Amino acid sequence: MNKVSLAFALALSVLTSSASAADLLIRNAEVHTLTSAGKLANADVLVRNDKIAAVGRGLAAPDDATIVEANGKPLTPGLFAGLTGIGLREVSGESSTVDEFLRLNAPQHEMQWRPEFDVTLAYNPRSVLVPVAQVEGLTWTVIHPGAAGGGSMLAGQGAAVVLDGRFDAVIDGSRSMFVSLGSDVLPISGGSRAAQYMLFDQAVREARSTGPLGDRSLLLPAGREVLARYLKGGRFVFVVDRAADIRQVLALAKRYGINPVIASGAEAWAVADELAAADVPVLLDPLLNLPLSFDVIGARMDNAALLARAGVRVGFTQVLSDASHNARKIRQVAGNAVAHGLPWDLALAGLTSVPAEIFGVAQTRGRIAEGQAADLVLWSGDPLEVTTVAEQVWIGGNAIPMRSRQTELRDRYLEKLKQGSAR
Amino acid sequence: MGLPKTLAATTVAAVLVACASQPPMDEPTSELYPKRQDAYPSTYQPAVAQPVVIRNATILTGTGGHLDNADIVLADGRIQAIGSSVATPSGARVIDASGRWVTPGLIDVHSHLGVYPSPGVNAHSDGNEMTAPVTANVWAEHGVWPQDPGFQAALEGGVTTLQILPGSANLVGGRGVTLKNVPAVGYQAMKFPGAKHGLKMACGENPKRVYGSKSQAPSTRMGNVAGYRQAFADAQDYQRTWQKYWRDLAAYEKKKATDPDAAPPSEPKRDLKLETLVGALEGEILVHIHCYRADEMQVMLDLAKEFGFEIAAFHHGVEAYKIANRLAEEQVCGALWADWWGFKMESFDGIPENLAMVDFPEDSCAIVHSDSEEGIQRLNQEAAKAMARGNRIGLSIPPERAIRWITSNPAKALGIDDRTGSLEVGKMADVVIWNRNPFSVYALAEQVFIDGVLVYDRTQPTKPRSDFMLGQPGVGHE
Repeated sequence: MNKVSLAFALALSVLTSSASAADLLIRNAEVHTLTSAGKLANADVLVRNDKIAAVGRGLAAPDDATIVEANGKPLTPGLFAGLTGIGLREVSGESSTVDEFLRLNAPQHEMQWRPEFDVTLAYNPRSVLVPVAQVEGLTWTVIHPGAAGGGSMLAGQGAAVVLDGRFDAVIDGSRSMFVSLGSDVLPISGGSRAAQYMLFDQAVREARSTGPLGDRSLLLPAGREVLARYLKGGRFVFVVDRAADIRQVLALAKRYGINPVIASGAEAWAVADELAAADVPVLLDPLLNLPLSFDVIGARMDNAALLARAGVRVGFTQVLSDASHNARKIRQVAGNAVAHGLPWDLALAGLTSVPAEIFGVAQTRGRIAEGQAADLVLWSGDPLEVTTVAEQVWIGGNAIPMRSRQTELRDRYLEKLKQGSAR
Repeated sequence: MGLPKTLAATTVAAVLVACASQPPMDEPTSELYPKRQDAYPSTYQPAVAQPVVIRNATILTGTGGHLDNADIVLADGRIQAIGSSVATPSGARVIDASGRWVTPGLIDVHSHLGVYPSPGVNAHSDGNEMTAPVTANVWAEHGVWPQDPGFQAALEGGVTTLQILPGSANLVGGRGVTLKNVPAVGYQAMKFPGAKHGLKMACGENPKRVYGSKSQAPSTRMGNVAGYRQAFADAQDYQRTWQKYWRDLAAYEKKKATDPDAAPPSEPKRDLKLETLVGALEGEILVHIHCYRADEMQVMLDLAKEFGFEIAAFHHGVEAYKIANRLAEEQVCGALWADWWGFKMESFDGIPENLAMVDFPEDSCAIVHSDSEEGIQRLNQEAAKAMARGNRIGLSIPPERAIRWITSNPAKALGIDDRTGSLEVGKMADVVIWNRNPFSVYALAEQVFIDGVLVYDRTQPTKPRSDFMLGQPGVGHE
């Protein structure tokens, strides 16, 4: 352990020995508020109970407050981990540990859509993935169902969860319906993307109709109820890449009066003005720059920069890496968007305030401001830089222990390594 | 979203290599391998380039050196001089690299570019000959599509040399090939002159899953090891057959002048599978083994001893940190990711300090590899993450050490460290100029030279190198 982490371990012991109800004052940080106040140098953040009570310079420490000296280092809101399966999968290749996909394996001509499928019911806060993400400054994520073989292109519902290990982790107001479009789901949508829009239209009609459902309906009664609810202003996340398909999403959103979010969006830059005009945000992976499929021929490194320039709200998610186990890579992903033209402030917003707005949790998450949840990260340096680490993470005002199964493994073998044992 | 796609990609991935040494020469060698290796020779010829002097750069030499405000001269395809105030050869182009960093061209020991190219359509799936558990007879180079747009993307990330390996579905997947990252219509014009082939082997879950699901051997790790052992036992038998043939032939050559009735021995039938395995036994083919778990790596070290071959590197090795001292002792490189873990059971113990811990012992050989068309574009960032995690636990790794993970160490695992992988006089002029310290998320390769030829210049956008990308609408290059 180096001096810095030792110092933090000491600071931590002070913190954990104080009562959790005590106030916390983080002093002399470079505070990235993500509000109109912008970045505040040498500023303090006061936490009372589980919320931010004050932000400013020279805040007085309440009598029993725990004081953390930040030495001018960056303090940000807890970061968004992207769209993940954290708590829904333990080992990706072992299907017995994966709960993200509904695979009823109905034959295609008896296709059923189950919008009532809600993956948050499967969320396991005791997953080892939770601390692995947490210690990297990731304090919340949106867990979501995936469209997979044996299932349907309408994958079901997901929601934002707080990554502090609590059981009731879903953040109010964040529930969303996930729909995949394009070549990845052709095998479960009749083999044509035209059928994807046809089927979506059929589902909408069934949900809106009050009459009896025919034998060949896509929806069951529960699904009909759920989808009808989402059709009254609910949030639909469309996982889609091709520019022409993104335009179809904009058109159907208008037609059905729904609230769309584009996820992945490799070719979103090509329809940036239309996305901006419709105020439809995009969650993208800036590292997607190769024509991995014929849906993403136009993928390019400056997708985020071009979208932002057009006025589109851009957030980040990962589609190339293991988004769940390696959720920590999302900072690097955002940093690369900066290297390819996205202003730094917008990149940090893409990990904080923008996803919070997109998923309806901006009241409590995504900013450092009075009344926000005290989900905070103190960084060793620029939070988007690959050589930076999270030095201390707080969730709901509690300093998390900064330990995970991975730090346990590391420490066990580091000791042996330094002793020179070869076996 | 790419969840199923990602899973497929990572489970198909394979790794591992080791440095092979020369065979003992006291026995008559089979000479089998030298007689066979010219069939698909390199036709790579670097263009004639104007000499270049890069001045005032921060230089990481790849051998552990860190030079401030230094110069480097590239001419006739070689590094001619490096240091301060070097002379400018006549006719040289001078590049002022003030504020910029210079490193050797990056090397990736584990890529599937060309054999799993973009776009990843069914017709392009050429990386795994999943029809038998031992396919030592297949060569990755015969599946390489030089028009894969991933080659250009890797070049823009500073990668000048890469080994293309078959996938990890098989116990022995076939031969890998080392390429220079230059545009070409056929792969022979990319083939690194004189580089040995690699042999791709795989431990663990992939072979036993692929064949077990067909109710075929291997279906267990026991079956995996039995499969390697029988393959090498067959190779030893084949080696003896050829050794006997060469001895008989030599005796015949001696005898025929005096004995007109002498008959030549009949030449044994070639077996392409065993020929490759004999190449590995004789050190003419370098063994690279995809192997995640520490216990399985130890089994493979024993296997190598049983049959007398050397392992150049273990690839993927997410548990290599558990046996870092042994890997250094045995002179086996660890070709690793910075932070991948958990995508399958054998990767569950991966930690972000793995690379730094494997690097820690004396005489270690830690390598950052990609196994990914995305990762190969940012080997410098992967190394930066691993370096930072090492520094965080007090291992004190400066950039001049970490750069070896993506330059001289992979060159060593590929057996080309006498020619490239470091900035030393006489080495190939494979050089990258970075716009800043490459151990940063904001660093970009500005210029890339291969054998002294400027093959990429970020300030001079060109049409896509890949024929596939030509004429595609809206394709942008920054």
